[in-house]
Amino acid sequence: MMIYLPIAEVSVNAFVLLGLGGLVGVLSGMFGVGGGFLMTPLLFFIGIPPAVAVATEANQIVASSFSGVLAHLRRKTVDLRMGTVLLIGGLIGAALGVMVFNYLKSLGQVDLLVRLCYVVFLGIIGALMFVESLNALRKQRSGKAPVRKKHNWIHGLPFKMRFRTSGLYISVIPPVLVGVCVGILAAIMGVGGGFIMVPAMIYLLGMPTKVVIGTSLFQIIFVTGFTTLLHATTNFTVDVMLAVLLLVGGVIGAQFGAVLGAKLKAEQLRILLALMVLAVCGKLALDLLLQPAELYSIGASGGH
Amino acid sequence: MRRFAALLCAVWLAALTAAHAEEVVLGLSQDSVSISTAFDGSEILIFGAVKRENPIPDGPPLEVVITVAGPLQPLTVRRKEKRFGIWVNTAAVEVDAAPSFYAIATSGPWGDVISDTEDLRHKISIPYAIRSVGAPMSVDRPQNFAEAVIRIRQNNGLYQLAESSIEFEQQTLFQTAISMPANLTEGAYPTRIFLTRGGAVVSVFETEIDVRKVGLERWLFSLSREQPLLYGLMSLAIAIAAGWGASAAFRVLRRG
Repeated sequence: MMIYLPIAEVSVNAFVLLGLGGLVGVLSGMFGVGGGFLMTPLLFFIGIPPAVAVATEANQIVASSFSGVLAHLRRKTVDLRMGTVLLIGGLIGAALGVMVFNYLKSLGQVDLLVRLCYVVFLGIIGALMFVESLNALRKQRSGKAPVRKKHNWIHGLPFKMRFRTSGLYISVIPPVLVGVCVGILAAIMGVGGGFIMVPAMIYLLGMPTKVVIGTSLFQIIFVTGFTTLLHATTNFTVDVMLAVLLLVGGVIGAQFGAVLGAKLKAEQLRILLALMVLAVCGKLALDLLLQPAELYSIGASGGH
Repeated sequence: MRRFAALLCAVWLAALTAAHAEEVVLGLSQDSVSISTAFDGSEILIFGAVKRENPIPDGPPLEVVITVAGPLQPLTVRRKEKRFGIWVNTAAVEVDAAPSFYAIATSGPWGDVISDTEDLRHKISIPYAIRSVGAPMSVDRPQNFAEAVIRIRQNNGLYQLAESSIEFEQQTLFQTAISMPANLTEGAYPTRIFLTRGGAVVSVFETEIDVRKVGLERWLFSLSREQPLLYGLMSLAIAIAAGWGASAAFRVLRRG
């Protein structure tokens, strides 16, 4: 069944979109990631214009993270105070990100920027995750418990604040900075930034793992919501029709993914996720490195 | 001198009557295309007859050329080059106006139906349909950019040249079908029908096909342009509602 998307102005198969939403939903349910970093490149592959894919994906992440955060609120695993601090940084970052996005769009380099961001970040995260989970598997075999450093340079910074749910007493500077970085990425890449936020919270801020996902989801809702609004009002690139189709697939897929994920071991899951991230990264990198079949591209005239 | 002027006058009169001797009566299977949610391209049947008061003149046979053009848009065409090991957009050329869609159908091989001068005068063939190019001096071979627009859009089915695709019976009745792809832009699509004889245009008929988004598509598109904030808030509301709905539904399922 072909469906005409009013903003993207292309006709696509509705079942392909539902299927993509479902597939990414399964993965996000299994691995506990938003799935935006997989969905956006997949949307490029099926011919959605990058600007529309990025803006619409932000809208879809609002839905999936809202669904997730409700579950975490019931379990009381959301640090609202930390979430708010991250959020302030996130909103600043999102505004900066949309500005950078619009500036590069006028230069005709937005495509390159989005793709480069993906290659770099997917590459780094994928490789780190792969090494980390291999190490974890090996340690498990040798039977040693992982040790985490409690104090580092971050604890020497000013403007300290008490985060009761996380059991932390640290400066607000690192969380705000993390928020800014994730906000910029969310705007440019159309991702929630969970795959960067979660490691940063655990390793940089030293937050307990059980509150990390809920807190990250909490602030992602607002950052991606804000990004959606900015894209909708400045670029007119949010396609509601596309978002709804992806949502329906994603929401159903996520529940199946959660069931599947419960049957696999955490380290095996992480290795699978790492491999998948590296595969997407490799495909995008090849596109940049190999000579394209068509050297010319048509864009709307500047200022639009 | 006076004799020459009289001769010129007679030739002009003859040309005028000749131009009116053969005219087009046109029919379209639809004079508007509605882009609805299920829109998957459209095929428009163009048919018509040649009305004439005198018998068919001797000489080369009458031929028909039909063009359907989409709204003109300014474009930026960019060329990729290898920089630092990766392929990057480098040179850019502004094309002042290119139709978003352009289809030509003829009743015979291109060279037989129209001469180059008439083509230039009426701007019929695809390269003449593109108004270009104020290329900056720094760009080498700017004509490649206009050619790239044509090549890319021909591959997308947006620009078509279908020679000998018009059925032309007895130099009187003609019909053809123009297929329009799914990725159409809104607007008025000027449609021109040329009657030619021996490569020269003897009659022109012009009409318009109206392409419009309708229903939900229309509503969403205009909302996103006229009330972008409201549209953005609506998108968010849908997302929040879907997220909450999914969470609530699965809590019920798990309990049940």
